[in-house]
Amino acid sequence: MISLAVAYFYGCALAAIAGSIAVVVSRNPTRAAMGLLLLVISVAGLFLPLHAQFLAAIQLIVYAGAIVVLLLFVIMMLGPDAVAPSDRRGLVVRAVGGTLFVVGGIAALAVAIRVLTEAHRPLPSPVPQPGFGGIDSFGSILFTDAVVPLELSAALLLVAVVGVVAVARGHVRSTRGALRDPPRSPPSTSGALRDPPRSPPSTSGALRDPPSRVPGAATEGRTS
Amino acid sequence: MIAIEHYVVLSAVIFLVGGFGFLVRRNVLVALMSIEVMLNACNLALVALNRSRLGAIGQSGFAGGNHTGQVFAFFVIAAEAAEVAVGLAIVLAFYRLRSTVRSDDADLLKN
Repeated sequence: MISLAVAYFYGCALAAIAGSIAVVVSRNPTRAAMGLLLLVISVAGLFLPLHAQFLAAIQLIVYAGAIVVLLLFVIMMLGPDAVAPSDRRGLVVRAVGGTLFVVGGIAALAVAIRVLTEAHRPLPSPVPQPGFGGIDSFGSILFTDAVVPLELSAALLLVAVVGVVAVARGHVRSTRGALRDPPRSPPSTSGALRDPPRSPPSTSGALRDPPSRVPGAATEGRTS
Repeated sequence: MIAIEHYVVLSAVIFLVGGFGFLVRRNVLVALMSIEVMLNACNLALVALNRSRLGAIGQSGFAGGNHTGQVFAFFVIAAEAAEVAVGLAIVLAFYRLRSTVRSDDADLLKN
């Protein structure tokens, strides 16, 4: 008779492995995101018998509620281009590298299991105090022992938000030209339209011409 | 009661699957998701090993046990959220530049 805890563990474990395999093998990134969602939910389910209730809730909120949704937003924004076209180049090298990684990992795992079973020292699993892993104990530790990394992670998230805005906004060409120009004009015509007002003084003084032309040429070369 | 070793072996298996996906797939979005799979496996191992080392060592916040692994997993989740946000912004910028999400096409520094 298989006990309920064992059945729960193996159900969650099979779901986690199936989800991770779905992430890796599915061609459509939407299906990969669904596999990631399955993995996240089953790992949160595995946290519960380990007395990590608060962490299970955080896992569900942050992963399933924020990260997977963010991934789905980007996949929907890219539309059909999110599926990379099939291309066989370099497939052999890639497959050999991945297989070597997996074989090495399985060998290391086998060695570790063998050493541990020969040592006959199983990992202890003591009975925790009531309240272990709950929000009370976790919060009191976050604000006493782990207060410095907590504040540092706040700074990390702030920097990440600023960086995301700076990166996803698109490349601003130069602070002077980008504010004046329409953003989507073709580079050759915008350069031609911008040059004539500056060219009449340049015909009189030939020595002043190269420095005034250099910024325009530089931006033109970069955008083309 | 499931032995803690089962959880650790399961996390190793999930990590291997995620690493294989990161090495083999060339869709940038799938590579990002494979990194998340690997970090999930790390979190599972951290929480499981925390479960087997409950002895309180110099904990000032809560006297009932040692939460170090769980707190570490918490910060891994926080760092992961930042990483995914920045990674997706880079994917968007890359797509705007090349109109594709294949990692082979990210060769601006090649020549």
